[in-house]
Amino acid sequence: MSTYLPFARTEARTNYLNADYGWKSWLFTTDHKRIALLYLFSITAFFFVGGAFAVGMRVNLLTPEGIFAHDTYNKLFTMHGIIMVFFFLVPSIPATLGNFLVPLMIGARDLAFPRINLLSWYLYMIGGAIALTAIVKGGVDTGWTFYAPFSSTYSNTHVILTAIGVFVSGFSSILTGLNFIVTIHTMRAPGMTWGRLPLFVWGHYATSLIQVLGTPVIAITLVLLGLERVLHAGIFDPAVGGDPVLFQHLFWFYSHPAVYIMILPGMAVISEIIPCFSRKALFGYTFVAISSIAIAVLGFLVWGHHLFVAGQSMYASMVFSLLSFLVAIPSAIKVFNWTATMYKGSISYETPMLYAFGFIGLFTIGGLTGLFLATLAIDVHVTDTYFVIAHFHYIMVGGMVMAYLGGIHFWFPKISGRMYPEGWARFAALIVFVGFNLTFFPQFILGYQGMPRRYAHYPPEFQVLNVMSTAGASILAVGYLLPIIYLGWAWRKGPKAPQNPWNAKGLEWEQSPTPPPTYNFETQPVVTEPAYNYSGESEEVGIG
Amino acid sequence: MGVFSIFPPRASTTAVQVDALYTFLLIVAGIMTALIFFCVFFFAVRYRRKNQDDPAPKAIHGSLPLEIAWSVFPFLIMLVMFAWGAKLYFQNYTPPLHDTFDIYVTGKQWMWKVQYPTGQREINEMHVPTGRPVKLILASEDVIHSFYIPAFRLKHDVVPGSYQTYWFEATEPGRYHILCAEYCGTNHSDMGGWVTVMKPNDFERWLAGDTGGSMREQGEKLFQQYGCVTCHVTDREGRCPSLLNVFGNPVVLDDGRTVVADEAYVRESILNPNAKVVKGYKHDIMPVFQGQISEEGLLQLIVYVKSLSPPAPRSGKSAAPAPKANPK
Ligand code: HEC
Ligand code: HEM
Ligand SMILES: [Cu+2]
Ligand SMILES: [Cu+2]
Repeated sequence: MSTYLPFARTEARTNYLNADYGWKSWLFTTDHKRIALLYLFSITAFFFVGGAFAVGMRVNLLTPEGIFAHDTYNKLFTMHGIIMVFFFLVPSIPATLGNFLVPLMIGARDLAFPRINLLSWYLYMIGGAIALTAIVKGGVDTGWTFYAPFSSTYSNTHVILTAIGVFVSGFSSILTGLNFIVTIHTMRAPGMTWGRLPLFVWGHYATSLIQVLGTPVIAITLVLLGLERVLHAGIFDPAVGGDPVLFQHLFWFYSHPAVYIMILPGMAVISEIIPCFSRKALFGYTFVAISSIAIAVLGFLVWGHHLFVAGQSMYASMVFSLLSFLVAIPSAIKVFNWTATMYKGSISYETPMLYAFGFIGLFTIGGLTGLFLATLAIDVHVTDTYFVIAHFHYIMVGGMVMAYLGGIHFWFPKISGRMYPEGWARFAALIVFVGFNLTFFPQFILGYQGMPRRYAHYPPEFQVLNVMSTAGASILAVGYLLPIIYLGWAWRKGPKAPQNPWNAKGLEWEQSPTPPPTYNFETQPVVTEPAYNYSGESEEVGIG
Repeated sequence: MGVFSIFPPRASTTAVQVDALYTFLLIVAGIMTALIFFCVFFFAVRYRRKNQDDPAPKAIHGSLPLEIAWSVFPFLIMLVMFAWGAKLYFQNYTPPLHDTFDIYVTGKQWMWKVQYPTGQREINEMHVPTGRPVKLILASEDVIHSFYIPAFRLKHDVVPGSYQTYWFEATEPGRYHILCAEYCGTNHSDMGGWVTVMKPNDFERWLAGDTGGSMREQGEKLFQQYGCVTCHVTDREGRCPSLLNVFGNPVVLDDGRTVVADEAYVRESILNPNAKVVKGYKHDIMPVFQGQISEEGLLQLIVYVKSLSPPAPRSGKSAAPAPKANPK
């Protein structure tokens, strides 16, 4: 495979960005790359809305007596959770980078169902608009977990409207997953065997499986919740014969797998970045690929670890505990293999790689604290405290958001045709890392000391650690605003990117111009070598 | 406790055990984190690219023995965590059958109502003796709450429509937080209070203080007020079972099952009698009391029904100087 194209070809060429102008060419596009950008802008907007709620919470927690009224605080954390989970993290990497890159990486012209892809974005936007309407009308206060019977009977906020928003956007997630699965099965270029698929694609394949199999369950659960709230059907509310714990089973049957929707794509990005900046094939390709699938499958069997103190049978708890330890193994395998990839590599420190370092470190801490929570007697003490908050922020913010930023920087030249300013980007990565740890590490300590989550007021002895956390959050906020500014600048004014600025392997860099034309490739790509063949070995090598 | 101590006060036997387990996990996690961080740093520095046109290094495609080692070895350590954690969990959520001091707690938006068999009632306060197993029976009048005592390292959700229980043995006299740990609406974060741990003698004195009649007496009143007495005591036609010696003993049901009459059983028998019908008696004779008796009243009735069973034979003396049980 040739590794470079003559420079001049990247100039003044029609590509997907300048192929057509005007708002219609965007809102009615079926080009996966343009849809990816539609998603990129909309989820960024949601990220900042969700972030604004978080700022409100952190400000409130500066003092033990709080600043806002209880109800205001309760709405803040509820809307923060709902926006961040359903409207930012679930679509984040798959709908933007995944949408953009899956076809490019497997050598296809587009996704299998381009119009359904556009429909996904519309569903997402409609769902988002409904949720925002609920917020504008006064918000909702059930927590993102919607536990019954509080949500079904007691809360007098806009539960139904919010649930409809989440319900609608769920279909967007299902359709994206379906689109990816069909695309990956049927549209790989000649020579792109399963064993040569980039791990980015494997990760998205696993994610898609969860989206297709899990999301219908949350949709049904929300419908039942609506029935209970409107008709008092007697499903979840014990006062009319229902079972509140049943709600939790149904909710977590989706939402635990969903936490893997919120990390597998991040792992997928890291698996691309590390080989590129180590100039070396990924260590243990097969194991990393299989572990994504293992996570997707095992992830469906551990929902009960959210119910250890909720009154489920102790024997059930025991089984869920054991299975939760089991699901940690494939995650650990990935971490070990990424680290081993760097061994004897040729490592450089461009911004994407800095984010990858950050990802490994923070994901390790997040995963290890998952083991604390899977340990029954410890979970009894720390469940529903800040320990859990810290655990999942280490994974979802420390892991997923870092991977997302790393991926955005890595593929920014591909997407925009321009280079971003490396110095600023490294600086921002550092700020994010420092701010993140200062925000969330104190929360582990707070949690073990016994500070419950979702508290507008708290006992005064917890103040010092809370102030540290708020201070960290303000640094983190700067770290997230910087990229918006310099990437926005670079998009218009940055230096033109060569076709393959990182000398990376993969069809999207080697065989598609930068930025890609509407149909991605000028000639049908053919794959003749395994993924990540940085050392240029000519023969097919057994892996493992 | 200093602000920067990572441990909250330790005031029960479980607190010591949970902290030991936590320390074990901290050590394992610390070692693992140090290992990964070290490798990442070391490789990043040792193998940094010195010259832009260095040739790409030789590929290393993996190693089966390594993959097996780093899957199996961590899993073995996890099995230790699992077994240790599960053992403690069973212990903490399985109250001893005899000799516990029972306290009845009702959660209600946004307060904890605490009742003692001797009749004391408190709101957002709980008193317990050291050196004696205390069993909590937890009920909710509305939504799910969670009764959390960080100093004991214990909590359990309080789920409407059912009874939940856990038990502990306090060790250190003092006052410790009670917190609600399950989000329950507007004033969730204010739904807290204090547990006062007392030396047995002090506790005895506290218990002897003024009450408005013991829980049993209040229960007996309700037993008459709701007409239970007409069927279960004065009924002469044998349509209704006697409640003497029911509590704590096996009951044979008309579908052939046998259940032990615990708090949850009695609660269900009152609220929804047809769910489990005693063998030899008919459906639909006992009225359904669902929605008619408050959670607190139910607990009082249960204490009364309990008092109709003589105390279970003591299975050995507890070493701690247990206060004399109140005369039943
Ligand atoms: C109209 C008569 C009637 C009244 C009033 C009544 N019960 Fe019953 N109760 C029965 C009958 C008949 C049974 C046995 C059938 C069954 O298990 O449902 C029973 C069963 C029970 C049992 C289970 C007994 C066992 O042996 O397992 C309990 C406990 C009980 N009742 C408590 C109460 C209480 C407390 C009240 C008052 C709040 C009450 N009952 C009022 C008729 C009555
Ligand atoms: C490495 C394996 C992991 C294990 C063993 C693990 C274990 C657990 C356990 C036992 C809980 C329940 C805690 C409680 O509520 O008391 C939990 C909560 C949570 N975990 Fe993990 N976890 C792991 C990885 C992840 C990943 C990869 C993510 C997300 C990307 C994640 C996100 C969450 C979230 C969001 C919650 C809390 C949800 C809530 O209550 O709001 N976890 N984890
Ligand atoms: Cu989970
Ligand atoms: Cu509460």
